[in-house]
Amino acid sequence: MKKLLFLLIPFLLLASCGGNSGKKGSSASEKISLTAAGATFPMPFYNLAFKKYSDDHGIVMTYGGIGSGGGIRSLTDKVVDFGATDAFLSEKEDSAMQAEVVHIPTCMGAVVIAYKLPGVDSLRLTPALLEGIFLGNITRWNDQKLTSVNPGVKLPDSKITVVYRSDGSGTTYIFSDYMSKISSAWKEKIGTGKSLNWPTGIGAKGNPGVAGTISQSEGSIGYIGSEYAFAQKINYASLQNSSGKFVKPDIQSVSNAAKGEIPQDTKTMVTNSPDPDAYPISGFTWIILYREQSYNNRSAKQAQEMVKFLEWLTGTEGQAIAASVNYAPLPSEVSTMARGVLNTITYNGKPVAGLAGKN
Amino acid sequence: MMNSDRLTKSILFLSSLLLLIVTAGIVVSLTGGAVPAFREFGLKFIVTGKWDPTAGREVYGALPFIAGTLMTSFLALLICVPLAFSTSLFISEYFRDTKMARVLGSLVDLLAGIPSIVYGLWGFYALRPVIIRLGLSDQGFGIFTSSLILAIMIIPYATSLSTEIITMVKPELKEAAYSLGATKLEVIRNVIIPNARSGIIASYILALGRALGETMAVTMLIGNSNVIPRGIFSTGNTMASIIANQFGEASGLKLSALIAIALILFLITGLVNGIGKLIIRKVA
Repeated sequence: MKKLLFLLIPFLLLASCGGNSGKKGSSASEKISLTAAGATFPMPFYNLAFKKYSDDHGIVMTYGGIGSGGGIRSLTDKVVDFGATDAFLSEKEDSAMQAEVVHIPTCMGAVVIAYKLPGVDSLRLTPALLEGIFLGNITRWNDQKLTSVNPGVKLPDSKITVVYRSDGSGTTYIFSDYMSKISSAWKEKIGTGKSLNWPTGIGAKGNPGVAGTISQSEGSIGYIGSEYAFAQKINYASLQNSSGKFVKPDIQSVSNAAKGEIPQDTKTMVTNSPDPDAYPISGFTWIILYREQSYNNRSAKQAQEMVKFLEWLTGTEGQAIAASVNYAPLPSEVSTMARGVLNTITYNGKPVAGLAGKN
Repeated sequence: MMNSDRLTKSILFLSSLLLLIVTAGIVVSLTGGAVPAFREFGLKFIVTGKWDPTAGREVYGALPFIAGTLMTSFLALLICVPLAFSTSLFISEYFRDTKMARVLGSLVDLLAGIPSIVYGLWGFYALRPVIIRLGLSDQGFGIFTSSLILAIMIIPYATSLSTEIITMVKPELKEAAYSLGATKLEVIRNVIIPNARSGIIASYILALGRALGETMAVTMLIGNSNVIPRGIFSTGNTMASIIANQFGEASGLKLSALIAIALILFLITGLVNGIGKLIIRKVA
């Protein structure tokens, strides 16, 4: 008999769990918890910021790095308080949402062009060279087109191996958005997207995969998220921006990319920025949430705490954390815009930001 | 006593029912998810090789991944079989019940416990440079490298079971053959193999099933290029690998295409097992 009881235990447990989860919604807990999921690109920043805010304010916070697509899906299904994405919602994705969604930019990142060539620690690339290399038309490092842009650099007589992201990724999106802007051949053949139909090269999973493959393969070149590249010992190229200037990616040159005109809803790609000191492959990453917060029995307190957190995240303290993990902070104009968007969040039609100060 | 008997029976019935429900659930949700892809591309989905996820001109064909999976798995099996067969003979016949055989047996079992990411990393840092040095391919990625890793990964599955089976061949039969003056090789060829054949084949099918579904180590070594491989040294991609890579950011038609690939993988695995069972019944 004992054995039988033992066998029954899992079933009983399953049954009792089912009972509990049914009650969960009705029991009003005093502890607020915020759940978010989405892009992996800003994950080191979010992990750190979420932990700091959680420690200081006693709010339980979780972030799942499941990819921008997953973040958008989670928000559509209303299983998270807010989502995170590296590409703003397309019209199609926007119309799939049951209610209006707003975008809050949280920081800036860039895509760097990393390479592995023994003895070469500075490399300059022009838009034409990027097009040639990544479309597979320039195949050797000592191609005359490369050497003429890099006088004084000893480029070897070896094959170029392109390394790209095999997983869908916001990094690929920003890179291909830039490539489509500078090259009509790219726009026609490849286009813009989170994953692409690559004409040449080797795919590796995630920034660590691409960085690892490049550092292990002589003669390789690929693109990596700046937040990852800055933290590694890896060589990356200076790119010629739209003003003709060769710019190395760093926190300042990435921030410069957002100095142009930004629409009020911040839904814009700032690649190939007109600013003369901007690094050309830069972009925002966003948090997305519903403008009207009264859904799925959410409490007003829940909405308030979330808006308070997002104000903190886009404010001075949050942005300092971003810079500490190699993201470029939002320029102050964009930070003000983010607050402007946050002020439009409502609960039952009343602005949440106004209520937030009271408790 | 009668009562507990009935209880056991119903519990066993319930747990098999649960298994059945889970399997049926997988089939139903995979089929449901795959419908948009098949509606868009029809059966062409299985036989075309273009995979272009760019919005506005989305085209998905599963052939590169089907080819990649079958090539890596069968090549891995081809490499694995002679190694696994000789190892199991060594353990169960030549050095039977010796310390050496016991140590070797547990070492082989230990291989099964190594996480696939570790195999992947070893392949990436240790095996790949060897492939490059041998001049087999430029950067060492591709079908062949993945197959080598897969072969090592599936050896324990093929070896453990066939060792058991060979050990189970009746000693009377073997002794009879020896007393007739048969050499060890003749005993293996004429007594052991005919008696253990179906079990040995079953163990290879188990190993093949494992190779079909392996993801992580393959992703790290195959090169992830979504084209039909031109040969065993070219890069490619497998069904499990493309799903693992692209599911996170997929939506709409692409998500459906990935689920359709999962369904095809499920069917292929089922087919392989079915064919395996048929072979076993034929040769037994």
